[in-house]
Amino acid sequence: MSAQAQPNSFRTGPDERGHFGQFGGRFVAETLMPNILELEKAYEEARNDPAFHADMASYSTHYIGRPSPLYFAERMTEHLGGAKIYFKREELNHTGAHKVNNVLGQILLARRMGKKRIIAETGAGQHGVATATLCARFGLDCVVYMGAVDVERQKPNVFRMNMLGAKVVPVQSGTKTLKDAMNEALRDWVTNVSDTFYCIGTVAGPHPYPAMVRDFQCVIGNETREQMMQAEGRLPDSLVACIGGGSNAIGLFHPFLDDKDIEIYGVEAAGHGLDKLHAASLSGGRPGVLHGNRTYLLMDHDGQIQDAHSISAGLDYPGIGPEHAWLHEMGRVTYISATDEEALEAFQLCSRLEGILPALEPSHALAKVMELAPQKPKDHLMVVNISGRGDKDLFQIAEHLGNQIV
Amino acid sequence: MTKRIEARFEQCRAEGRAALVTYVMAGDPDPETSLAILKSLPKAGADIVEFGLPFTDPMADGPAIQAAGLRALKMGQDTVKTLDLIRRFRAEDQDTPVILMGYFNPIFVYGVDRFLVDAREAGVDGLIVVDLPPEEDDELCLPALKAGLAFIRLATPTTDDKRLPTVLSNTAGFVYYVSITGITGAATPDFGKVATAVERIKRHTPLPVVVGFGVKSGAHAAAVAEGADGVVVGSALIDALKGTLDGQDRATAGSVEAVTKLVKELSEGVRSVAKRAAA
Ligand SMILES: Cc1ncc(COP(=O)(O)O)c(C=O)c1O
Repeated sequence: MSAQAQPNSFRTGPDERGHFGQFGGRFVAETLMPNILELEKAYEEARNDPAFHADMASYSTHYIGRPSPLYFAERMTEHLGGAKIYFKREELNHTGAHKVNNVLGQILLARRMGKKRIIAETGAGQHGVATATLCARFGLDCVVYMGAVDVERQKPNVFRMNMLGAKVVPVQSGTKTLKDAMNEALRDWVTNVSDTFYCIGTVAGPHPYPAMVRDFQCVIGNETREQMMQAEGRLPDSLVACIGGGSNAIGLFHPFLDDKDIEIYGVEAAGHGLDKLHAASLSGGRPGVLHGNRTYLLMDHDGQIQDAHSISAGLDYPGIGPEHAWLHEMGRVTYISATDEEALEAFQLCSRLEGILPALEPSHALAKVMELAPQKPKDHLMVVNISGRGDKDLFQIAEHLGNQIV
Repeated sequence: MTKRIEARFEQCRAEGRAALVTYVMAGDPDPETSLAILKSLPKAGADIVEFGLPFTDPMADGPAIQAAGLRALKMGQDTVKTLDLIRRFRAEDQDTPVILMGYFNPIFVYGVDRFLVDAREAGVDGLIVVDLPPEEDDELCLPALKAGLAFIRLATPTTDDKRLPTVLSNTAGFVYYVSITGITGAATPDFGKVATAVERIKRHTPLPVVVGFGVKSGAHAAAVAEGADGVVVGSALIDALKGTLDGQDRATAGSVEAVTKLVKELSEGVRSVAKRAAA
């Protein structure tokens, strides 16, 4: 644990100015501030309105398909020979990932606020697909910004968004990946601020996004608590999730943060290796300010943002949500990383042993489960968040494994 | 220091005209050309110069300024070198106010206290940091005021009368009114609306109000100068420079002159309008 004083609860943040310790905040152009303050107020009201929660619950059940199962991965457990491994099956959600939990919340909020035009940024395309889906469902205009590089490597998702009636804008600026998609979405928002709702896909951005997105994703951890009590009569001993911005991870972790004995592991993308190109902002970055918040970032001596690299488009971001940066400095969550190669190996193992094709993102978490589980006793209960399914990645994986999909 | 900014507005007022504020990117397309451009600006009619701190992810700027920043970064420009260019400019010019404009991260990483000391020593008079709204005043605005540097705030069409006092509270030097909701180098504003907005802001502050975003020509500058205390031009100057670069983004013989030519046109535009106050 770090030298900083441990708070009584790790679940009370952020403060009223959106700070988790030194992280978070609201670093945006003045044009956006009135809108962000309006959003904060609208969210505060929705949060305290039982009708909003009833709406959320109803669509969660009947549209998304919640609760997602907590599945005992028996063959993986046998194979690894240690901890008893459970999968939280977020890949079974409608649209194929956890992203939809958050999008449902934000779109219901946008409707309350009377906004008719929705914009979003997307990396892997999962957040874009989820946003396009709910916009179709509620008849809202939808524009999704996506780095040109990601448009190329996530073609199936681009096609899905098009089918859902969304406009996908390939972003040609900068590194043409997720960070540039976020820049472009912010530029759109600055330009169309009065009628547009910006639906952010992870626990980053200016306050209140990190807290709001976290709240919407906490359904993952809340369900896990109940389901584990039912399955095993007690809480899990450890939690593992991958981290791009960190929304699937904080969704699983947050409801357990004050259970001090539970080990929590966040897995960043180590790409080609931590000494080479990677996307591990906690392991390889420093505190800085980007995209509306202070957090750990990959950057050079001058504060210029560096290219991130991961085989997984959803983890390929040079930052991380501010709450994770804080949990890292407080020592409450242990942040580790997995390389592209390790993720590919875990993908194959999971597919063969469990009949589940995980997305490349949670394959990073599985890679670390392969490392951690054998070190634990057989009565250790480990939950890994399978944040999305691998269908979108099949072309990429085939290419890496030297196969061609015809 | 604020004194140089005050003196310059005083001088423009005495001449019965608005001030011309020009923005170029530090290190674009290379340090020496950039310094030559900076030095040429006052001679061509710029009253105040804004120097852009390059940043990889300028989320409130358009393609022209982003590309200029990336050109500069590619040539190795950084905050230390930018302050050095200003030091060299200041050795020759003691009067023209220099404003640094950019994003917070490079300053935060440099270290706020060290940055303020070094910027002041280099001859910087004010700062415009796009991603620091009043809600984040503790970060740089208040330390800058203490260090004797003006922190110039942006007011925008979305800043209503209720919010204006918050925006104006710690601002110094002048108020920068962003004429459109949008990014730099995009739409041309509705000049009638801009004049109304400037009047509204002036009801809240004695500070000069300058207007920027979307001003591209001498005629635009003249239109803005009708109601405002100053006119800011950036993307158009960067576009003029870019038009002279070779295939490898290197400066050519006409690079500096392309910028000064447009500055002269803008300056004539500003000077063609006699201010009501002085009339
Ligand atoms: C399946 C999946 N998991 C994880 C992520 C990473 O995002 P986060 O860290 O916010 O969960 C993504 C992002 O696109 C994703 O699609």
